[in-house]
Amino acid sequence: MEQNLLLAYLLLTPIIGSVLVLFFKQEQKQLIRWFGLGISLIAFVISLVVYFGFDQTNSQFQFIHQVIWIKSLNISYRVGVDGISLLLVLLTTFLTPLTLLSTWKAIEKNVRMFTFSMLFLEVGMLGVFISLDIFLFYIFWEAMLIPMYFIIGIWGGERRIYAAVKFFIFTMFGSLLMLVAIIWLAVYASSLVGHFTTNLIELYKVGPTIPHDIQSWMFGAFFLSFAIKVPLFPLHTWLPDAHVEAPTAGSVILAGVLLKMGTYGLVRFCLPLFPQSSVQFAPIISILAVIGIIYGALVSMVQTDMKKLVAYSSVSHLGFVVLGIFAMTVESVQGAVIQMVNHGLSTGALFLLVGVLYERTHHREISFYGGIARLVPLYSTVLMIAMLSSIGLPGLNGFIGEFLILIGSFKSSVLNSWWFTIFAASGVIFAAVYLLWMYQRVVFGEVKNEELKHELTDMNLREMIMMVPILVFIVWIGVYPSTFLKLTEVSTQSILQQVGTFTGNLLK
Amino acid sequence: MSPSLVRRGNKRGWSKINPDLKIGAKKHKIMPQNNYEYFLLMPQIIIGIGIVLSVIIEISTKKSEQILPWFSIAVFFATAFYSVFNINQNSVLFGGMIEVGGKPAIFNFIFNIGAALVVLSSMDYLKKYGTYFGEYYILIQSSVLGMMVMSGAKDIIMIFMGLELMSICFYVLAGINRKKLSANEASLKYFLLGAFTTGFIVYGIALIYGATGTTSIQNLEENFVGYSSNIIFILGMILFLIGFSFKIATVPFHMWVPDVYQGSATTVTSLMSTTGKAAAFSVLIIILSAVFSSNAPNVFSPYFATISALSMLFGSIVAISQNNLKRMLAYSSIAHAGYMAIGLAAGNVFSVAGIIFYLAAYAFMNIGAFTVISIVEGDNDSRTDLNSFAGLNAKSPVLAATMALFMFALAGIPPLAGFFGKYYVFIAAIQSKLTWLAILGVLSSVISVYFYIRVVVYMYFKDATEDFKINVSPYSLTAVVITALLILVFGILPDTLMNVITSALK
Repeated sequence: MEQNLLLAYLLLTPIIGSVLVLFFKQEQKQLIRWFGLGISLIAFVISLVVYFGFDQTNSQFQFIHQVIWIKSLNISYRVGVDGISLLLVLLTTFLTPLTLLSTWKAIEKNVRMFTFSMLFLEVGMLGVFISLDIFLFYIFWEAMLIPMYFIIGIWGGERRIYAAVKFFIFTMFGSLLMLVAIIWLAVYASSLVGHFTTNLIELYKVGPTIPHDIQSWMFGAFFLSFAIKVPLFPLHTWLPDAHVEAPTAGSVILAGVLLKMGTYGLVRFCLPLFPQSSVQFAPIISILAVIGIIYGALVSMVQTDMKKLVAYSSVSHLGFVVLGIFAMTVESVQGAVIQMVNHGLSTGALFLLVGVLYERTHHREISFYGGIARLVPLYSTVLMIAMLSSIGLPGLNGFIGEFLILIGSFKSSVLNSWWFTIFAASGVIFAAVYLLWMYQRVVFGEVKNEELKHELTDMNLREMIMMVPILVFIVWIGVYPSTFLKLTEVSTQSILQQVGTFTGNLLK
Repeated sequence: MSPSLVRRGNKRGWSKINPDLKIGAKKHKIMPQNNYEYFLLMPQIIIGIGIVLSVIIEISTKKSEQILPWFSIAVFFATAFYSVFNINQNSVLFGGMIEVGGKPAIFNFIFNIGAALVVLSSMDYLKKYGTYFGEYYILIQSSVLGMMVMSGAKDIIMIFMGLELMSICFYVLAGINRKKLSANEASLKYFLLGAFTTGFIVYGIALIYGATGTTSIQNLEENFVGYSSNIIFILGMILFLIGFSFKIATVPFHMWVPDVYQGSATTVTSLMSTTGKAAAFSVLIIILSAVFSSNAPNVFSPYFATISALSMLFGSIVAISQNNLKRMLAYSSIAHAGYMAIGLAAGNVFSVAGIIFYLAAYAFMNIGAFTVISIVEGDNDSRTDLNSFAGLNAKSPVLAATMALFMFALAGIPPLAGFFGKYYVFIAAIQSKLTWLAILGVLSSVISVYFYIRVVVYMYFKDATEDFKINVSPYSLTAVVITALLILVFGILPDTLMNVITSALK
């Protein structure tokens, strides 16, 4: 097989960067920041090279690179991308430099270790998206926990220890059950193909042949692990804690990329490996997703803390993504994938913007603010765009994803009921309510708080540099989504075809 | 032992080493077979001579406490590497009494490297602990010799001899500081329960001998299926297994563990909990060799599955409430014995390799963790609490980073060696249709994550509450760094160790 080293370079860049950063002196804060930013930009450039070399009409995995790793267990370092994973790789490499830029002022304590953790985290996230060996995937999935745990625990807010430990244990619980399922799958495969294997492409053929009752358990183990990560209602309780306590950069990465690992896992593993069970459980899961949409929105509405509000809105938005995935139509799954990116951009932007305010005033309560439009017009404009994108205003990115998901779920033969769509659509309205209301209370009106007049300054050049790229993509996806939809089209079709083949062509 | 047995074994031994004998015969033309057997027994002989020389050094010079550690490390390294380089020279010596090469060689490697690391970490610790004298090292060497006899035993009597040699050294080591009350308590508890255990084992051996008329493992392996229907044999085996369940520290035979591990000197604990456990597991693998080579059904699988499930859950749950790190690691040691016992319950070829990998990984993780504790520890058993680790990152980033690594490895986070240990035994369990045991295993892993990362919480997320300065001894630090590197290497490239193990098992 032809080897393409591009993905190896992509993965190696942050690895080497994270090792090198340890050789800096603790005092050289500014140098370390620039270094981390440089490394993450190199990774971004490499991912762009991957993008431009990617054949969008090919449904196979591309840029495959394979090295035998653990021969005794037939495990290989096997990586490659299809349209879906490429899009998420791009999201990761795009958001990482921006979040590093956001920490310029916010992180003063132990900058070296922070940069190390962020780069290490990037390795884990990229690894999750490009692994084509389920064991390798698991390694990255788990290894990524450690840097995130440190980011929340060291640089977080008051209840950071509680949040970090909760985050760690919740995720660990799900993933260890997945580990048992992975081993079971590999052992089962050894009876079928003759050798112990964790190669995803081989397992795509093995998974659907698992007897039905066992397949349900396997599906359950994988699904639980991903659902905790997404997080799907009612497994979401770690999320608000982690989001609120994490530093801004941690929240952005958590919302922007980490949650997508869960939904990505559903698309990449649950659907094609266990198609029969996926179809069987789709209605139940969709009900949970719709509950999540409405619940997340309602809880957001009553929040007094801006960060918590954005955190709960994630539960709502990710509900859309899960609904889209389990509606299993081409539109809805494509919508779900694009919605993953949208949520990464718009929620990432909202977290960054809350962080900008917090850096200046050290307050996140909505009631503390009011009338800041006069004080910081530029900031208010940017916040407006990010908020409208999150609501799903036509012309901005959020609309595209939600619209596709709603259309897809409406005509889905798996769900076979338009009640899902009706309830889900109400989530869009709720989103408008809680976000516009928050915006109104923070930005408009009179300046009630005298403190604000002294403390609040408008966004500086660094902050604009970090926001403008996100805004560009928010508009780009909203106006011309084809660039991104074309990327995922063939890959989505091939996954749904796999599901369709084994479930009696239920899907069209 | 009956004379007929010796003769029978002799024949077998002869035929096995015959090809090698020719090479030996060329070099030493008049050398009779027996001398050649001594040559193959070199690892045990090296360490035996080492003990004798150590005693002479101890008698003849006043600086023995400075010479002996380095001398013991040299002996351990010589033994370890001699064993590993001759790993393919697998043969049974002295009329079927002791096996060299192969599986015993890999165990010898674990024992000796482990002991060498413990000695390295002891040098400065002993000054602090108040037992700065040479006997300590002689006792460690003797205990390692005992372990090596155990892992190589091909006769139940040999197992017993090795066990007693190891255990008696441990009893003394546990109480090596006779002025310390906690050490005395540990030693006495260990001795009393150990003696009790020995009773079980001897009774078991007697019953096995009564049922089979022999103490040869070879015989046991060949006729295991036939013996399995004999109730006296099964009873004897169960007594024997219970005895060793004490030694590997599994529930419900774990009562001695927390007190002994907490009361003994930290370095002694790290020796007992790692190499001692490995030696006991090597015996269990030997006695069940018929099962592992899939000649016989695993009739003891329910027994091991039960103690394994109990140990994993009990160890993990009780460890949560511990504030003393040594005590916490004692409970974690019980849990880890449970994970390894999954391999015994699974009882297939894969599980032996898995257990050995796990034992090696566990040895390095635990020695590393205990060494860090021994560095932080103050006089009179102080500063072994979690509170003393608060803000360690600010005091010594290297210690904090390595301790975090050990904790993550013990918790089984990939890609560290501890993860692969678990991974291998879980595979073995699922292959043997013991998926429920693997699920229990991962559940208790989740529980155990809580107390392992609590150490990390204290080191990194909290500020120091106690004001003290840590004197990082260069020797101990070397031991910590070596173990950390080994954990990383065996975690990222597990095949480096796994290939050696599988080649040893062939």
